[in-house]
Amino acid sequence: MPSDAALAPPPLAGTGMDGGERAVRLGLAAFVALVAFWPVARLLAEAVAPGGHPGLRVLAQTWAAPATRVALGHTLVASGLGTVLATLLGAGLALVVALTDIRAKAAVVVTFMLLLMVAPQVLALAWAQLAGPGSPLLGALGLAPRPGSRNPLYSPGGVVLLFGLHHAPLVFLAVRAALRQVPQALLEAAQVSGAGAWRSLLTIVLPLAGPAIAAGAGLAFVSCIGNFGIPALLGIPAGYSVLVTLIYQRLSGFGPAVLPEVAAIALGLGLIAGLALALQGWLRGLLQVGGADAGPAATGWQLGRWRPAAEALIWALLLVALVLPLAALLAQSLVPAVGVRLSAATATLANYGYVLGEDAAARRAFTNSFLLAGAAAAILLLLAVPLAVLGEWRRSRAIALLSLAAELPYALPGVVLAMAMILVFLRPLPLLGISLYSTPWIILLAYLARFLTLAWRPVTAGLAQVDRHLDEAAQGAGAGFLYRLRTVAYPLLAPAAGAGAILVFLTAFNELTVSALLWSSGSETVGVAIFSLDQGGESSAAAAVSVLSVSATLALIGVASLLARRLPPGVLPWRA
Amino acid sequence: MARVILAGVTRRFTATGAAAVDTVDLTVADGGFIALLGPSGCGKTTLLRLIAGFERPDAGRVTIGDDTVAGPDGFVPPERRQVGMVFQSFALWPHMTVAGNVGYPLRVAGIRGPDYHRKVAEALAAVSLGPLADRRPAALSGGQRQRVALARCLVMRPRVVLLDEPLASLDPHLRTAMQAEFTRFHALTRATMIYVTHDQAEALALADQVAVMQHGRIAQLAPPRELYRAPASEFVARFVGGGAVVPAMVLSAQGDTAEVELLGLRRRLRAAPGQRPGPALACLRPEDLRIAADGAAATLRAARYQGATTEAELDVGGQTVWLRTQSDTIPDALYLDVTDGWVIPGSKEAVLF
Repeated sequence: MPSDAALAPPPLAGTGMDGGERAVRLGLAAFVALVAFWPVARLLAEAVAPGGHPGLRVLAQTWAAPATRVALGHTLVASGLGTVLATLLGAGLALVVALTDIRAKAAVVVTFMLLLMVAPQVLALAWAQLAGPGSPLLGALGLAPRPGSRNPLYSPGGVVLLFGLHHAPLVFLAVRAALRQVPQALLEAAQVSGAGAWRSLLTIVLPLAGPAIAAGAGLAFVSCIGNFGIPALLGIPAGYSVLVTLIYQRLSGFGPAVLPEVAAIALGLGLIAGLALALQGWLRGLLQVGGADAGPAATGWQLGRWRPAAEALIWALLLVALVLPLAALLAQSLVPAVGVRLSAATATLANYGYVLGEDAAARRAFTNSFLLAGAAAAILLLLAVPLAVLGEWRRSRAIALLSLAAELPYALPGVVLAMAMILVFLRPLPLLGISLYSTPWIILLAYLARFLTLAWRPVTAGLAQVDRHLDEAAQGAGAGFLYRLRTVAYPLLAPAAGAGAILVFLTAFNELTVSALLWSSGSETVGVAIFSLDQGGESSAAAAVSVLSVSATLALIGVASLLARRLPPGVLPWRA
Repeated sequence: MARVILAGVTRRFTATGAAAVDTVDLTVADGGFIALLGPSGCGKTTLLRLIAGFERPDAGRVTIGDDTVAGPDGFVPPERRQVGMVFQSFALWPHMTVAGNVGYPLRVAGIRGPDYHRKVAEALAAVSLGPLADRRPAALSGGQRQRVALARCLVMRPRVVLLDEPLASLDPHLRTAMQAEFTRFHALTRATMIYVTHDQAEALALADQVAVMQHGRIAQLAPPRELYRAPASEFVARFVGGGAVVPAMVLSAQGDTAEVELLGLRRRLRAAPGQRPGPALACLRPEDLRIAADGAAATLRAARYQGATTEAELDVGGQTVWLRTQSDTIPDALYLDVTDGWVIPGSKEAVLF
């Protein structure tokens, strides 16, 4: 029986929130305001009121300029065609993987996903090495283009091809997730109605997958228009500019003086992204047919004697799209200079020694990217759990809204976010009097803004699998918010939060789009190092850095896969 | 131990603004065992969560013991209400052992050392789970998990124990055993217990008071026997105990009986004091009827054999009634006599049509 002291009346509080919870809410709100709201609002302000003087003159002039219009045309055409290619590849492979009995699906999926996980600038560089006149691989086969001829990938076609390959996994993920919801009974019902495999595919499967195909294509398009690595490596040498590279070239050529002008371009880019997403949402609504009856998911069809042919086709595709380019990259990193044929006599590790030792900038890049990605992952790991708990379990409207706002910096093209960061942090911070511009801190802030969603989504998915009563039971036991966070939420969500942190690290470590605008001497990132070395003609060194970055990517994927058994499905994109 | 008082408590759905709990007044005596019974969506779980503090009332006042825990002047969050709760899903933390789960409220309260271990051991012993202290919840059976949830509730000696459909996720054969466990638990702790269920057998067997809820309101609050024998409304009569509700004409009433004409018979039924003559509804339980040589002519619609007894659905002049009998065979046409019945107070025949 309780003592009388235990029954002392609890004081009547003014609200159901304890002090810890209030502090966490305020902290999260301040964080999202600092890294997401403020920069985006500042960018809007700069475009309509350049230098603080309201007026649309700069906006009109910028978009009337031929260079902007040409870049806009290129952006729309290359992204549009790239999206078509990505959709055909991604949706096609999703159909085969989800609805046929090909073997080694897990291996197919993880290899295919690498097209997305490998940084776009690395993939572009690898393809350029494979197809160029100095190709060590084609050279060994005697198939390389004539020395001195132009690399066929430095062209609009090259940009489109790489846009398609890099973004196909996005469409794949969306479509496969939808196909998993199609009940086998629907296909069997079609079968007993007399429909063959092709007819079922056209009349049952594709209509049901329609919204997912639209969603994947929309995502691919938005990613294409915001992509910097591919047009930077393949478009710039060909004089083929898109909006993202135009912003980069203006800003790196003329400095902060052109800020109003590039803010106007960035705003247009953000607007296109917004329109594309709106169009995608409308299309999804149009194609939506309502929920199907539940039941075991479709297993699809047996290919029979066609199976070996289908498997051979898929692996040939993966070989050409990913394996050969990466092999060419590796070969290039092992020869002393472009055009040297790889052989036992020419092979050297000197390029690795150079980028890890002699070249101070490249060496710093590894340290910087490691620290920046690590810090971003660690901070977001800590923030994602309370954010998800408050939004889902505590049903805070404000926090749910904040999570939505936090999607903005991720949905916006990275260049737009970088621009917004420059605008906010170019001038010294109020009160402190120090400027974050041209320090690593501005890159860290941009990473925090851009990748918060990556950390938050797996945790929310994980939370959906955890009974909310587990938190309420602890609350009933007398535990305050911070205590519950420590003893219930963090331990239960550790695997999901860990996976989110690994995704953040992976993406940030390979990232170029944001740091291309925000780096300065001393704060180079791995992405910047690859880009700069390639621009400077040091292809072998660029290849060496790329090989190291791919190795780091593969190692992290391996580490995350160890966690996979304890994760909600869908958290790790490369899991079959 | 503490009594719980709800005064004019209302809770609206955020989305629609409709009242999930509508101006409810309820007093649960210190040490009482009350069941909240009703169909799904009647507001019984919301009412429980209002007492726990997981929901805030839009109007009204909740008092536990001498403390107002929710009202116009403020709100005490669940972690400071000193209530225990057993969830339908049990809500055991999968990352803690059985002992870790049970000891959690103690750790929250800062209890450590020998005191902590003694209390955990006592709570586990009370539900006969001592040997399983180091297991994880995943390694337990449904009944064992339920007992861990109970022990976790017991360990802090809460003033009020709230149980949200605690047996709903158990196999039927386990339920009877766990019902006995709850009765023992109540006798042992004398804690005030509030038990939400949609299973009337459970409510009637366990509680000393049953509150039947409908559309967010309490339709009747009464001891189980009274609820069964004297339902306060047509809804309660139909929801609890599976009886027939038939139109009746009250000819005269004296004290707690009334002279009534129903099914073409004239009989004396139980009635609320002050029952007025006129059209009314009567509640006839299956055991209130018997097959007779003479009486109301009935035809058999369906018969359900239940072992010791057979329950028959009969048609008497268009009215459906149920009869429970020990005879194995029921003729297709028969005569019924009414031996007992209850005039539903305030009911008009018009309600039925």
